[in-house]
Amino acid sequence: MSGKPKLYYFNARGRMESIRWLLAAAGVEFEECFLETKDDLTKLRKDGSLLFQQVPMVEIDGMKMVQSRAIGNYIAMKYNLYGKDLKERALIDMYVEAVIDLNELLMTHPFQPADKKEQHFATIVDKATNRYFPVYEKVLKDHGQDFLVGNQFSRADVQLLETLLMAEECKPDILAKFPLLQSFKARISNIPTVKKFLQPGSQRKPPLQEKDVPKLMKIFH
Amino acid sequence: MAGKPKLHYTKGRGKMESIRWLLAAAGVEFEEEFIETKEDLEKLRNDGSLLFQQVPMVEIDGMKMVQTRAILSYIAAKYNLYGKDLKERAWIDMYVEGTTDLMGMIMYLPFQPADTKEKNLALIIERVTTRYFPVYEKALKDHGHDYLVGNKLSWADIHLLEAILMAEECKPDILSAFPLLQAFKGRTSNIPTIKKFLQPGSQRKPPADEKFVAVVRKIFNI
Repeated sequence: MSGKPKLYYFNARGRMESIRWLLAAAGVEFEECFLETKDDLTKLRKDGSLLFQQVPMVEIDGMKMVQSRAIGNYIAMKYNLYGKDLKERALIDMYVEAVIDLNELLMTHPFQPADKKEQHFATIVDKATNRYFPVYEKVLKDHGQDFLVGNQFSRADVQLLETLLMAEECKPDILAKFPLLQSFKARISNIPTVKKFLQPGSQRKPPLQEKDVPKLMKIFH
Repeated sequence: MAGKPKLHYTKGRGKMESIRWLLAAAGVEFEEEFIETKEDLEKLRNDGSLLFQQVPMVEIDGMKMVQTRAILSYIAAKYNLYGKDLKERAWIDMYVEGTTDLMGMIMYLPFQPADTKEKNLALIIERVTTRYFPVYEKALKDHGHDYLVGNKLSWADIHLLEAILMAEECKPDILSAFPLLQAFKGRTSNIPTIKKFLQPGSQRKPPADEKFVAVVRKIFNI
């Protein structure tokens, strides 16, 4: 047994990507087992490995953890990325939950039917630039610190960076009106563990291509 | 200043109901301010009270907290309903995420188009009885304790009871194959704070009816 966490998911971002980011940012090496066919998923289910028959699943510290939020919470706590007290945790949770909402929009974009895509894109841009980004820009402006919460690197910073980069893949100039988010992005990207994860050859996954969507849908149906 | 948490939401279950359950189970008195019109929501937004322009919002301990899970996690930790260590927290989180998914399906049912209702209800019942309830039945069977995690009342138990009662509203005999969940339901409902919350006149909200759906659609533009 290697002792490293082992991630079970498709060879794609989906709901596992935030977990890869968090582990990488914490400097934790991990292994991955990719589901490529429906049979792979069925086998895991029959094994009794998936508490609610779903992935992501992460083998970590003797547990087969499921539910991406539960997994994220565990990793953040274990590696001290969850603030120093209950109130900091509350802020981190609020910021992370909102980022997850935005991620959901970004994540589901390739799966939209062709006739809904344009409107979905408009919704993403509207929500990102009117609802979410202004909040984080203001947080950074108000306290003037390098990190979102408690003047210390936390899960909130990692997940926000992940989302900023995903949003830019959608619309490259999406941060145009957010100077502090731009410098935040540069700063957090330069943290050694994060920088390493952003380099080619890391376990970071590329954006989902439309041509890969049918294969993924097949595993589920 | 009352010092009591103050909940801002519509006068219905929605995403706030689990928060009401948790506070009630923890024996914490709370106040509620109901959003009844679009203007009420706009006012909250224009006040700057809603960090991401959304409710639920709970005023608690000097914060205006938003995001349901953030609020629930805070309350659970504050009132010792989150286990004694990291591993217990992990299990509580996993169980709660399962019941959240389950209740989420039921919550949206009244908002689905009328012609899909029957099919959606059938899917819910299938998921509840084949994916979710078996997990909790087995958890109780394996350790033989009264509570899901750590032999002590936690957020996971309160959330499961809420989910069980909601599922029974969908199909009254939905627990028929789950004897341990039936016993769990009886036992947990009898905890004094929870018993009180289950009585008429408490702040527990009724299931959504057509009138409530119409109000919600109007306020939130959905």
